[in-house]
Amino acid sequence: MGAGIPLAYYLVLGTLLFCIGLWGALTRTNAIRILMCIELVLNAVNLNLVALNRYLDPGSVEGQIFGLFIIAIAAAEAAIGIGIVLMVVRRRGEVDINKIRLMRG
Amino acid sequence: MESAWLIPVFPLIAFVLTVFFGRRLGERAGWIGVAGMLAATVLAASVFRDAVASPEGYAASYPWLRIGDFEVRAGFRVDNLEAALLLMVSFVSLMVHVFSLGYMHGDARYNRYFSLISLFTGAMLGLVISDNAVFWLLWWEIMGACSYLLIGHWFEERPNQAAAYKAFITTRIGDVLMMAGFWYMFKLTGSLRFDDWQAWVEHSAGGGVDFTRAMTVAALLIFGGAVGKSAQAPLHVWLPDAMAGPTPVSALIHAATMVAAGVFLIARTYFIFAQSATALAVVAFLGAFTAFLAATIAIVQSDIKKVLAYSTVSQLGYMVMALGVGGYAAAMFHLWTHGFFKALLFLGSGAVIHAVHTQNIHEMGGLARKLKVTALTFAVGMLALSGIWPFSGFYSKDEILLAAYDSSYPVLFWVGAVTAGLTAFYMTRALILTFFGQPRDLHRYEHAHEGGPELTWPLILLAIPALTAGFLAPKLFGAPVHEFITFGEHVAAHEPESVVVLTGTLFSVGGILAGIVVYGLRWISTATLRAALETPYYVLREKWFFDWAYERFVLGGSALLARLVAGFDRAVVDGLVNGVARLTVWVGDVTRRWSTGLVHTYMLTLFAGVVALALLILQVTGGLR
Amino acid sequence: MSASLPYLSLILGVPALGALITLLLPAGSKQAIRTLGTVALAVPVLLVAAVWAGYDPAVSGPQFVERYDWIPSLGAQYYLGVDGISLALVALTALVAPLAALASWNIEHRVKEYWVLLQFLIVGIFGVFLALDYLLFYVFFELSLIPMYFLIGIWGGPRRDYAAMKFFIYTLVGSIVLIVGILALYFLTGASSFDMIELAQRAPAAVPEALKLPLFVLLLAGFAIKTPMWPVHTWLPDAHVEAPTPISVILAALLLKMGTYGMMRITWPTLPDVARELSGVLAAFGVIAIIYGAFSALGQRDFKRLVAYSSVSQMGFVVLALAAAAGAQAAGLEPAIAASAAQAASSAAVFMMVAHGLASALLFLLVGFWYDRTHTRDFDKLGGMFRTTPVGATFLAIAAFANLGLPGFSTFIGEFFSLMGTLPVFPVAVYAALVGLVGAAMYNLTMLQRVAMGGPREEYAGLPDVTGRELVTFVPLVAGMLLLGWFPGVVMDILNAPVTQFVAKLGGM
Repeated sequence: MGAGIPLAYYLVLGTLLFCIGLWGALTRTNAIRILMCIELVLNAVNLNLVALNRYLDPGSVEGQIFGLFIIAIAAAEAAIGIGIVLMVVRRRGEVDINKIRLMRG
Repeated sequence: MESAWLIPVFPLIAFVLTVFFGRRLGERAGWIGVAGMLAATVLAASVFRDAVASPEGYAASYPWLRIGDFEVRAGFRVDNLEAALLLMVSFVSLMVHVFSLGYMHGDARYNRYFSLISLFTGAMLGLVISDNAVFWLLWWEIMGACSYLLIGHWFEERPNQAAAYKAFITTRIGDVLMMAGFWYMFKLTGSLRFDDWQAWVEHSAGGGVDFTRAMTVAALLIFGGAVGKSAQAPLHVWLPDAMAGPTPVSALIHAATMVAAGVFLIARTYFIFAQSATALAVVAFLGAFTAFLAATIAIVQSDIKKVLAYSTVSQLGYMVMALGVGGYAAAMFHLWTHGFFKALLFLGSGAVIHAVHTQNIHEMGGLARKLKVTALTFAVGMLALSGIWPFSGFYSKDEILLAAYDSSYPVLFWVGAVTAGLTAFYMTRALILTFFGQPRDLHRYEHAHEGGPELTWPLILLAIPALTAGFLAPKLFGAPVHEFITFGEHVAAHEPESVVVLTGTLFSVGGILAGIVVYGLRWISTATLRAALETPYYVLREKWFFDWAYERFVLGGSALLARLVAGFDRAVVDGLVNGVARLTVWVGDVTRRWSTGLVHTYMLTLFAGVVALALLILQVTGGLR
Repeated sequence: MSASLPYLSLILGVPALGALITLLLPAGSKQAIRTLGTVALAVPVLLVAAVWAGYDPAVSGPQFVERYDWIPSLGAQYYLGVDGISLALVALTALVAPLAALASWNIEHRVKEYWVLLQFLIVGIFGVFLALDYLLFYVFFELSLIPMYFLIGIWGGPRRDYAAMKFFIYTLVGSIVLIVGILALYFLTGASSFDMIELAQRAPAAVPEALKLPLFVLLLAGFAIKTPMWPVHTWLPDAHVEAPTPISVILAALLLKMGTYGMMRITWPTLPDVARELSGVLAAFGVIAIIYGAFSALGQRDFKRLVAYSSVSQMGFVVLALAAAAGAQAAGLEPAIAASAAQAASSAAVFMMVAHGLASALLFLLVGFWYDRTHTRDFDKLGGMFRTTPVGATFLAIAAFANLGLPGFSTFIGEFFSLMGTLPVFPVAVYAALVGLVGAAMYNLTMLQRVAMGGPREEYAGLPDVTGRELVTFVPLVAGMLLLGWFPGVVMDILNAPVTQFVAKLGGM
């Protein structure tokens, strides 16, 4: 890794990604978009993990391994999430989550 | 005497046989009971002869129950007193059984009736010889159950049910007090055997205030049982109502069993009473009060059986009073003679009822011409009850009056004498209204006829002891009564006093004469008397308001309490429970609203939760350092 | 007398096996299912008879012990054994279970499921009385709860959902509290096993003073609900009224005994000091239950509710006697009297459990007897049964007198000796209980009169009297009541040694 880029840059980028993802997840009504925004949040976390690992404890690889785990799980989660959304769309013709309130108590 | 335990066994076997085979045998089942009673009577006579021969008595006991180091033994004891009572009870019961053969003929529940009177008698005989509190209670309560079922023999009618219920509940009130008394004696002595109690009491006698107080408590609790069973005020209300049962049952209850048990209870635990002057005074005055109270009520009864019922209450009060003033032998002697003549009177009334199908003496009259044997024997019983020489009642009543006269409460003597007068009066009234004068219901009179031999012979056989038991007793017992029936050294024999004999006889004869004047010769009309004595008459008709109080407080009170408790249970206790349940549902209802079904709400909640947790962790750990 | 066969495991195993085989049978073969179930519940009678015959009354500890590791890491064991106290109740269970099975033959709805649950229920009840390991005890305690829920909830009367839910929540709360208590005891004593006897021995010294009272309450509450002690009794009338007849029988005769058995086996011996301190309060609860139950019963117009409340009253005697046993040493009596009183009260408490088991079983069978025929339990609609069904009514008369404590029947012995043992300790409580005794006479006779007396009613003319199968269910109970009423030594003798030990523990330091 180049020594030129300070840690703060990574962290700022990670924060930005996180906030964009969170904002999107909270404001969008389209289920697919929400899923995409959640991916952003997860990737922000990945970036933080990798960067912090590199700067704080360069000898170890735990951060990277966690990152890989999250990528794998995110992929699976996205697949299931999209699968669910597809099913919902097929059954109700609708991707607007405000109109799908099956869980209302 | 070793075989005395067999005496109750015979009727009990008869009971079992009648229960299992009665239905198949039909009315022949009655003979099982008669046979059982005959065997018991013969054996009782032999035991009695042995007892007369050997004054020390016999006792035996066997292991029955062991709880840790505490042991209850099943045993029996026969003494002079027990032997005499066994003989009287089994003989009277035999007569009742024979009488019932005729009286109950054609009854739908003939064998049920016979099985129960056998059990009833067996229980009484068992009670007489039992030597410890548990078995005492066993027989005692079995009698209670039998009386309940027999009084309710014709249970189709509500009043009969109510009478049975009243009998059981009022005696039960006394019974539980008696039980508490037994437990109290267990607390003091660690035993349930009467002999152990007696030994303990005599050992610790004179043990100071605490001891006397303990004896008073024990005696009064136990006395509760006697008040219930022997129908002392205020628990006497059941006995007149017990007339709802068949008449021979009344004879059994009133003469030989049940009510005799109560008086016998005091005698059995007399060593406790003897230690407490307070307890004795309570016993004496309550007995005297009951004797007087019941005698007055008997005057205004128009049901022949009720007259006799109140006379029983009154005579029991007499015996209880005698015990209270130290007349142990007198009371037991009166219990013994009373058994014969009261059974006679009841069976006599049964024969009358059997003949005219009514119990109201105002619908009878002149029956002596039709029912000669009944009238004659009834007169014997009446004279015995009135205490006229030489009938048996004279001797025993005289002993009681003597005991009262010698006691520290001379007023009791006068109460006793007045009661004797009243007794003679109301018995004369009953006799005259039933058997003499003009028949007041011609139709009933026309159809009246003497019953068969199974009705008349018991009357004749009972009339013999009713006439002779008094003056023959010393010969029969081989000793004067107070030497035959003894209680330690606490009770000295009373010297006969001519003033007592004279006063007693004067009152009795006076009562009879007054009865003849009012009801026989009709010199004074009853209507005039009633008008002149309006208030007393009203009080007597209302039975001194005891029945009213029973209905109000025992029946009404328990019903009210039951309604209150049941309502409380439903409304408050269960209401609380259901309230908690409703609260849970309500909380769920409120919290339910938080799950809106909107993904955004969930995410926001999640995010807020994460932030809150993060802040909390920062707060706790003090930042990232 | 070394046990050649694992009798106790067989007692548990036969009904369990019966249940499993029933699961394999086709649901349509009702007769096969019924026969199998009845046999599986009758076999324990023989096994218990063998245990009884081999039981040595002179030994105070558990006998016929079977002990294997179960969860070694926790120290939990499969640990069974009987002493006199449990044997008496096991025998009661063995007697009542086949009678309940016979009474179940006329259940036509979902027969297979019913019999599976019934057999598991009995396994649970046997297990509770046999287990000597806390965890095992708890498992059986719960095992008896769940089948009961379904048996009331599926085969019950019109309000069965309410009753079953109420029963379930009540007893579940009790169970949860109990398991917390057991775990607290386990950790506080630092024991390496759940052995009841060992934990009870260690507890008085190991549990900190401040925690004794809370722990006692935890260990008591579950059993108090089961007993049921006043004021947590209201699940009982509802559960009884809605449950089908055989289930009412089991509920009253057996399930309630688990509560008082637990008090005797666990609560009292574990914390005798607290039991002694609280004995006055416990006695008060007992007396309140006696009087309250009696008059509640008197106030009922429903046959079954009356019998249910009578259970509340009768179990009050057990609680009162146990309270007296706990308090006897502190009452300032002569040592000999105190020991006799405690012994009598404790023995009578067990005796009373058995006696009430017999009497209540008979009463509930009789309620069912007329309910099957008239389809009503309303006193206003019953009456005249002495005329209509004389044999059945005679049994009712017997049951009523037995239940009111008539001597000659077992209940009398229980009541008499429990109150005798209590009087020296809590005289006021006993004098108050006398009111309950009179009340018992009132409600039992009222019941008898409303059902059996009076003229025959036209609508019930030609009602069939007792059938052979019903007679087989009634007679053993009557015989048992009479046997124990006249020869109480049959049970008392096997109680002596363990009760002496129980009393010693209560009085000891």
